[in-house]
Order: sequence, then C-alpha cells, then structure tokens
Amino acid sequence: MSPEKVNHLPESDTKLTLGLPGAGGECHRTKAGTKRGFLETVDLNLMSSSNDNKHCEENDAMASSKTPATKAQVVGWPPVRAYRKSAMKGSCKFVKVAVDGAPYLRKVDLEIYHSYQELLSALEDMFSFLTIRNHVNERKIIDNVNGVEYVPTYEDKDGDWMLVGDVPWKMFVESCKRVRLMKSSEAIGLAPRTPAKNSSKS
Amino acid sequence: MNYFPDEVIEHVFDFVTSQKDRNAVSLVCKSWYKIERLSRQSVFIGNCYAISPERVIGRFPGLKSLTLKGKPHFADFNLLPYDWGGWVYPWVEALAKSRVGLEELRLKRMVVSDDCLELLSRSFVNFKSLVLVSCEGFTTDGLAAIAANCRYLRELDLQEIEVDDNRGQWISCFPDSCTSLVSLNFSCLKGEINLTALERLVARSPNLKSLRLNRAVPLDTLQKLLMRAPQLVDLGIGSFVYDPSSEAYIKLKATLVKCKSIRSLSGFLEVVPCCLSAIHPVCQNLTSLNLSYAPGIHGNELIKLIRFCRKLERLWILDSIGDRGLGVVAFTCKELQELRVFPSGVDNAAVTEEGLVAISAGCPKLHSLLYFCQQMTNAALITVAKNNSNFTRFRLCILDREKPDPVTMQPLDEGFGAIVQSCKRLRRLSLSGLLTDQVFLYIGMYAEQLEMLSIAFAGNSDKGMLYVLNGCKKLRKLEIRDSPFGNTALLTDVGKYETMRSLWMSSCEVTLGGCQTLAKKMPRLNVEIINEDDQMEFSLDDRQKVGKMYLYRTLVGPRKDAPDFVWTL
Repeated sequence: MSPEKVNHLPESDTKLTLGLPGAGGECHRTKAGTKRGFLETVDLNLMSSSNDNKHCEENDAMASSKTPATKAQVVGWPPVRAYRKSAMKGSCKFVKVAVDGAPYLRKVDLEIYHSYQELLSALEDMFSFLTIRNHVNERKIIDNVNGVEYVPTYEDKDGDWMLVGDVPWKMFVESCKRVRLMKSSEAIGLAPRTPAKNSSKS
Repeated sequence: MNYFPDEVIEHVFDFVTSQKDRNAVSLVCKSWYKIERLSRQSVFIGNCYAISPERVIGRFPGLKSLTLKGKPHFADFNLLPYDWGGWVYPWVEALAKSRVGLEELRLKRMVVSDDCLELLSRSFVNFKSLVLVSCEGFTTDGLAAIAANCRYLRELDLQEIEVDDNRGQWISCFPDSCTSLVSLNFSCLKGEINLTALERLVARSPNLKSLRLNRAVPLDTLQKLLMRAPQLVDLGIGSFVYDPSSEAYIKLKATLVKCKSIRSLSGFLEVVPCCLSAIHPVCQNLTSLNLSYAPGIHGNELIKLIRFCRKLERLWILDSIGDRGLGVVAFTCKELQELRVFPSGVDNAAVTEEGLVAISAGCPKLHSLLYFCQQMTNAALITVAKNNSNFTRFRLCILDREKPDPVTMQPLDEGFGAIVQSCKRLRRLSLSGLLTDQVFLYIGMYAEQLEMLSIAFAGNSDKGMLYVLNGCKKLRKLEIRDSPFGNTALLTDVGKYETMRSLWMSSCEVTLGGCQTLAKKMPRLNVEIINEDDQMEFSLDDRQKVGKMYLYRTLVGPRKDAPDFVWTL
C-alpha cells in the first residue's frame, strides 16, 4: 500500500530548487487541444528524459483514483511563495540567446519577465532585425529584412531542445538553460505547432 | 441611547476599534449606523472585488486607513495566471477624486503600478504609511515618487515583493526636509542602493524604529547606521559578511552592544556563519527572530545563537535547524508563541514529527504554527494535541504529497482529528499527507471556530467537502486543490457561499455545468472559471471538468477588468 518513492532528482538538478525542476506541469484532467499531447510526441521522438512521461502517467492515475503511480512534480507544491523560492535559489537567471545567422549571442535574465509575450518582446528589442507578428493563433518571429521565419527553441536542464511556449512560464524559467531562435526551415521533424500560449501562462 | 447627543455616542465609538465590532455597532439602528460610518477611520476590505471603491468612499467619507487584499491565497503558489487581476489603480484613482484624506494604505496580493504610486504620492497631503505585502507591478521609480512627494511619510514597508529594480536612486529622493520616518523596509529589493543617501536619511530620522536592509547594504554601512539609530527596535540585516579579525567587525560588535532596544531581528541575506558572536548580546532581548531567508546560518552556529534567545515569542526558521535544533528551541524559548519552519530545499536537512513533539512539550504558549516537514505520524499529532490545546493557527505541510503515517502506513485522519478536537480556538488549518473523508468528518464536528481551511490532495468523495461545509459555521475561506470533490458537494448548500468570503477549487471534480448551475442560483456570487489552456474555447461541454474555479461573494457583480482567460459565469 505504500506509495511510490518521491521522484528524487539528481543532485545537480536539485540545488535549492523547491518543487519545479523543469518537468511535469499542472495535472489537467481533460485532454482537449492538448499541449501535453504534443510534448509527449516530441519527448518520445527525441527520447528525452522520462520526467514528462511520468507526469502523463500521473495524469491518468489521478484521474482514476487517489493512489498515485509516480510522484511527478506539480505546480505550486510544496506551497512556498514564489518570492521565497527565488530568494533561496538566487536572484537571477541569465541565459544565452542565439539567433541562427547572427554573429554574436546575447544574454537575458529570465527572472525579470513574467510571460512568453514579455520575453519575445525583449528579444525583439535586442535583435532589432526581428519582428514578432501576432497571427490568429500563433506568434511568428520574422526577420524584417529577408522574411526568414524563426522558431524559438530552448535547451532544458536535461539537455534536450524544446519548443518555447509549451510549459507554464515559471516552469520554463526554472528549466531553461539557453535559448536559440532556429530557422523554421531547419525545424523539420518537430510536430506541427499547437496554438501558441497567450501571455496568461503563469 | 437616544438620550445622548451624537457627539457623545461618537466619542464612545472611538473606543470601539476592531472592524468586527464596528460592523456590529452599525447594525443596531439607523442612527448608530450613521454615526459609526461618519466616524470610521480604518477600513479593511478582504476581497477588493467584493465592493467598489466608490461605495466604500460613499459610506466612509472619514476614511484614513485602507487595507485591501486582492488575489486569492493560492496565487502565492503560481496557481493563478499572471494578469488575473487585483489592480489597485482604480481604488487610488477613486480615492484621489474624492475628498478622502488618505493616510495609510496596506495592500496584499495586489498589482501596483508606478503610475499608481505616483498618483498616490501626489494626491494625499497627509499620506503617512504604505505597506505592500506580496504585491507586484512596480519599479523603484514608483518608490522614488513616494519618497519625493510624501512629505510626512512615516512608514514604507515592502514585504516579499519582487520589484523590477531599476537600480535607481530612489532613496536619494527623500527630501532633506523628510525627518518623519518611523519604519523603512526594503529588504526584498535586489538592486544596489545609494549608501550615502541611506546614511543621511537614517541620520535625520530620529523616530526611526524599524529598519530592514537589503543585501546590497554591507557591514560597514550597517555599523554606521546603527551608530545613528541606536533606538532601533526592529532590525533587518542585509549583508553580514566580513573578516572576524577586521576592525569593521570589532566596531560592529561594540555598536551592537549599545543597541539595547532591538527586539526584532531578521535578514542575514548573505552571511558568514562564524561571525555571529557579535549578535549574541542582542539575542537576549529578542522577542522576534526571522532567519528564514538565511540559509547560511545553520548547524552549531544556529543553535549557539538560539541558546541566547530566552525571550523569543516569534521564530521563523529554515528546516536546516533539524529536529535537534528544534529540541534546543523547545528547551530555551519558553515564551514562544509563533513558530514557522520553512523548507530549505536541502533534502537531508528536513525536520520530522520529533521536532514538533519537542516544541509542543517545551513551549506552552505556542498557538501559531507553520511547519514544513519530511513526515508526520498520527501518534505525534495526538501527542501535540494533548500537550497543547491553544493552537489558533495550525498549518502542516508534509513535503511528500499524500504521504501516510510512515510507522503505521495509515492516513493522518486521526492525528488531525485530535488537533481539531483539542484546539477549540482553532481558526486556521492547513492539511497535508494522506487523508480520507474521515478527517473532514472530524473537522466538521469539532472545528467550530475554523475560519480558513486549506486542502490539497485529500479526501475520497463529495462527503468530505460536505462535512466541512455543513459543520464549520464560521468558515470564511475554503481553498481546495487536487481533491475529488465534485458538483454534489459544490451544489448541496449554495447559500453557504454568501456567508463566506471565497471558495477556490482547482483540479477537482466540479464540472462546467455544476459551476453554471451555481452561478445561476446565486447572483450575488462571482463564479470565475480561470482558463489557461484555451480548453473551454474548444468545448462548451457541461460535463467538462473545470481546471480552476474561484468564487466569491460580491455586491458589485462581475468585475469589468477580468482578462480574456477569466470567464465569469
């Protein structure tokens, strides 16, 4: 009857992180229009860490009964204020940002933004040749001069390259190590983009 | 009482200070209502969306102090999207337009912009006190406006706020004529601070009683500030890093000995543990100690410090103190009333049921507890309940979700049951660990004074929630996440929600249909569905489970500032 052991993370991942080392997310019961599905697909294809898969198992487990199969991380647990969490682990999170074809990289402090929209706007300022166009369901990043489209990707704590925008914002901040704006033409093999998150992602 | 002129009654009402009592007084008769409302100076609004600023101003034209709370509690844990709401600008704008002579504004979980702070600073000549707890949305530019324009400012207190720090010179914006400061707390600011300006500000503030510094204030500045303000009662140390053999250290030691008034100590945001002996003379008079942001203080150095704190009434600490350290607290701090043990994130440092039992045995005056721990047993909780029936606040967070009693492998129903049965004055309770409907039966039966209950990953069926709603007559706030409570529980007693401030349910079993039924029956509730993944857009299916629901009673209907992803039914 004993529940599974807590999903202990390797030392290097844990540090003083309280609760969200970059995997899992809210346990949504429904699967309509799901980002979770996309993530699953990408993970299986790229054979990334099993954390996200464990989360999907937990999703099913929680929907059925109260006995959790595995304990993935969830948003907001343990219940510690965001301020306290960031005070304990240090006050800034600088990551390198590379744009395919640009001669040098930039660095941004992810901690000062609250949403994907804010981050992309900041990137737009930093790389002045880029524009973010807001289409109906998507944001596209486009080079003003030659119309080349970019896809924002990031490397997470497990060393995998992910599409920016799938996980809640705070989870992204925790797990992102660096950002790369990849040319769309090179982003073959990634599943079709699901409707982009709006800035409400917490 | 009709024989007395209004002035006499008003004078009597001056002695009635608690809002609860004044609310009661205002219900007696029309005449008392009128006298009370015209003389009320301090108003507390627990939910900024329950009423409009215009109505508050209309009823209490003599308002001087306003306290507002915005977002629900679970917003602290990232369960609420960033721009859900809680903007305070409309309130400040309405107050500015009116003739209210606002002197004090206290905000919790609200969004405060720089424009708002600017407007605030310019609109109220006698503005004295700004206290912001867990707020967001402003930069040091806003602080500069407050510093520059509030001529009689007494209190500027920022708690647990992530300020977008512009590394500005806001502290230099206090004019030379500003000598009225009593309390200044900027410990949460991340950026640099103009140290000279700070020193001069403290030097010209003879009434300064409370000073909490951020980590950018180095030790030698601390020493200079303490020389200027030996009358301090509350001190928050920023950086405490230096060489113990240096002159700076010797100077500081001497200065601290002179600060005989310090009763409250916090901070140590950066610290070299071996140099804490300078603090020991201060410890013997301390009634409040907050080391919960000082991971650098632990082990023997921490215990040495605690042994000096015999008068401590309030202690906030990290779980790196361990059960052994808590044993020392239990032995030393006989006056302890409030204890908070926070997780440090370091696994093997956590505390267990042992520490809590020791505390309950050693500290008879303890009534307020927040305890993050590795594990808990029923036996321990039963012992705690026997040792101590004074708890008014009991918040237990077992880090491992749904963890049972590790000795018996049973749920913790009996343990929490013992707590609620023993602690007849319990007003706030947070549960954790493996729990069945049984614990809610106990809560419904015994927790007669309970006002706030937090539930996570607990219960088996609707019965659990129903026990609570039926039994806890004084319940004001109920927040539930990831528990199997559904429409039956939600809809059985819809009138109950008008007696409460709010209900939060996320990742439970309530459906859209259930929420819609509730909203239809109770027009004076705002039933908000918070919608992050655009799920609801694709399917308006009544049977669809709702991700997040937040409902609250209100006199002003659906709010007009709700963002797209919030759907008020």
